[in-house]
Amino acid sequence: MSTSGERHAADHAPSHPAESASPTSAVEVREGLRAAGYLPAAETALVCHLALALGKPILVEGPAGVGKTELANALARMTARELIRLQCYEGLDEAKALYEWNYRKQLLRIQAEREPGWREVEGDIFTEEYLLARPLLRAIASEQPVVLLIDEIDKTDQEFEAMLLELLSDFQISIPELGRVAARTTPLVLLTSNNSRELTEALKRRCLYLWLDYPSPEHELAIIRMHTPDLDEQIARRLVEIVALVRTLDVKKPPSIAESIDWARTLLLLGASAIDRDVLTSTLSVIVKHRADLAVVGERLGLSGARPGDDDGRQAA
Amino acid sequence: MTMDAKRPESPAAASLPTELLALARELRAEGVALGTAELLDAFAALQQISWEQEADFRSALGATLAKSQEDRHTFDLVYERFMLRRTALAASRDRAADARADAEEGSGAPDGRSRTVLEQLFGSEELSEGELQALRAALVQILSSAGQGPHATESQLRDLARYTVLALGAGAGSGVLGVDLQRIRRTLDLRSEDRPSLPTDDPRRHGVPRAALRRFEALLRRELEAAQIERTGALPPARALRELSRALPSSPLRDLASVQRTIAQLRRALATHSHEARGARTRAHVDIRRTMRASLQSGGVPIVLKERPQRPRRPEIYVVCDVSTSVTSASVFFLSVLHALHDAFRRIRSFLFIERVSEVTDIFEAERDFRALSERLTKHAGVADISGYTDYGRVWSQLRTMIEDDLDRRCTLIILGDARSNGRDPGSADFARLAAHAGRTFWLNPEPRLYWNYGDSVMASYEPYCIPFECWTAAQLEQVVRALARPDSALAS
Ligand SMILES: Nc1ncnc2c1ncn2[C@@H]1O[C@H](COP(=O)(O)OP(=O)(O)O)[C@@H](O)[C@H]1O
Ligand SMILES: [Mg+2]
Repeated sequence: MSTSGERHAADHAPSHPAESASPTSAVEVREGLRAAGYLPAAETALVCHLALALGKPILVEGPAGVGKTELANALARMTARELIRLQCYEGLDEAKALYEWNYRKQLLRIQAEREPGWREVEGDIFTEEYLLARPLLRAIASEQPVVLLIDEIDKTDQEFEAMLLELLSDFQISIPELGRVAARTTPLVLLTSNNSRELTEALKRRCLYLWLDYPSPEHELAIIRMHTPDLDEQIARRLVEIVALVRTLDVKKPPSIAESIDWARTLLLLGASAIDRDVLTSTLSVIVKHRADLAVVGERLGLSGARPGDDDGRQAA
Repeated sequence: MTMDAKRPESPAAASLPTELLALARELRAEGVALGTAELLDAFAALQQISWEQEADFRSALGATLAKSQEDRHTFDLVYERFMLRRTALAASRDRAADARADAEEGSGAPDGRSRTVLEQLFGSEELSEGELQALRAALVQILSSAGQGPHATESQLRDLARYTVLALGAGAGSGVLGVDLQRIRRTLDLRSEDRPSLPTDDPRRHGVPRAALRRFEALLRRELEAAQIERTGALPPARALRELSRALPSSPLRDLASVQRTIAQLRRALATHSHEARGARTRAHVDIRRTMRASLQSGGVPIVLKERPQRPRRPEIYVVCDVSTSVTSASVFFLSVLHALHDAFRRIRSFLFIERVSEVTDIFEAERDFRALSERLTKHAGVADISGYTDYGRVWSQLRTMIEDDLDRRCTLIILGDARSNGRDPGSADFARLAAHAGRTFWLNPEPRLYWNYGDSVMASYEPYCIPFECWTAAQLEQVVRALARPDSALAS
């Protein structure tokens, strides 16, 4: 990590070193992601390509478990870059996201100096050595370009968003005691959101937008086959069909790709030869987690009790 | 960022900024917040992609111009509409230019009225049987090889569709899309199954993959639409979109109030109708045979009128509602219609179906709140099978065992459904029996009439037995009610 004082402010523009390994078309990105164990939809590959080419962050939105986080992981593997991840949560502040002074170490330093000129010590303890770099600062200051994942940004507040916006605009962080830290390389930034709140227009304006939805049946089948190649293809097809059906029901937590994969693994472990009623009954809880949801799905799939509404002899009052 | 890899100059490049601004204007008009930043990003993005793939073009614009799921939905609709018009315009310019060139070459009479020339070229003259056969052969060959090399095939298919419309469609266009499409389909006469009875050199002997055929027909439709836009010189954009966006799953309950109002009108309309029916019934209720027998006891004078014992009053309205995935966006509308019907009528029984039917009268009667109701219904068991595919044939035969004996001429049967049978037997005989038992049968189909009987829609097999309506908005429902209220609609049986 290196810092520069205010006097270097003029040359803060991030440079774009030619990355020979970096893919230069959507098709190359698609192949690269595949090789990294991620099957992107056509649009996903294209948007990633644009992000790399234009140096713009991607805002990825979509329901939980559709591969937002994994996309960042795969991009890091593909580009052989370090992945720096900032998991957001309510109350996340700059100290945890940007940097923090190492007070303990500073204190020790002050105590070690018996008869200090304060100025001298001050100049000493506010240096890189006493700085704890948090994910955002690390991403900015890295010598090598990194993939920066700001996961579940919707969990933070607007104030944090504003700080982030500044960072994403200039790719620099100013530390009052030290001056400005400007990015030497452009990180590939992914922000994910589960849509729990509306993000500000300004932040969205900065980003390319990618909506990840539950995949099409063929796409999901391919993902399942990739994760569990030993699972019988017919079973995998059936699995995808049932999961798609459950998603159309009114459940609190529709099964995501993560659940599909879990289910595929379970079936493989059980050595199931088909998804029949028994198998479905005993493994349904893998894809449907809430109790209330289980009841809904069980009923709909005809796994429980009698169906109401079939009493034909009914007379109107 | 590497800008060195400059793309070869595309012919569209010169007008791109103008086009993009026009697209942006339409997007803004539909409520998408768009600033200069987005437009600049869009330009930059377009520099980074290959323009050969329309899908990439759209994705690049989508990712830079639309920044939420809703905006993206709007973007897709507007983009579709925009490109359609653009293609149509370009095609019409091409054709006009071609025609002019031809005219100059030919008669030497530079004639501004290219339309007439166009008609001479494509419209007025029928294809000879030989030419038609050649066209079929080309189609069969390309459609059968579809699926290998998806992108090449897609643009090939589009060219073929364009050519087919030119050869068979333009000029002689009826002005009604569905009719034109049907005519072209009949002329081409391509099927998905093999037809060994045809001569060996007939290209139609071999079936064409169903998926490719569907895809091709979709493209034909698009071409016809383009041709129509060219003919009429206009596409009503704002209206088209508002209709479409009703399909957004995010606006389910908006129409609730107006549906309720409209159903109240329906109640008045039907009330008049059933009064008349009831009057007739009272007279018919005298049991002649028993009266005669009694009169024999009184010396042959029929003094005591014997009345047939009144059977328990039966429901007057039977509503059967399709809740399959193909009508999902319409389902909410249908459910709100059902809900309002239950509010307005006491004697009503309702049924939901996908593959199988189940009665939900009790649920409607127990639950007055619409939200709670839809929740209960989606959780309702037995509505359908795992496949989620509608099986109309099965539904009718099941319905016959359930309600046929209860139906009589005082009953109104209302079907809410898209008549998309997924290639299964429509079971029109069973439907006809049901309709024959009921007094009147109405069918409310959520699809535009133009789409009826295309693809797997089997509306035609039911139309003879019912009064069909296109209906998936509150406004259309109002039209239906108005039609029902007309006296002659009482003759529907
Ligand atoms: N396109 C894909 N290709 C391969 N695996 C995928 C894909 N999409 C999702 N997955 C898998 O699904 C699981 C859930 O993905 P995750 O990234 O955690 O979802 P999200 O961050 O959207 O909640 C992971 O195990 C991931 O490997
Ligand atoms: Mg995640």
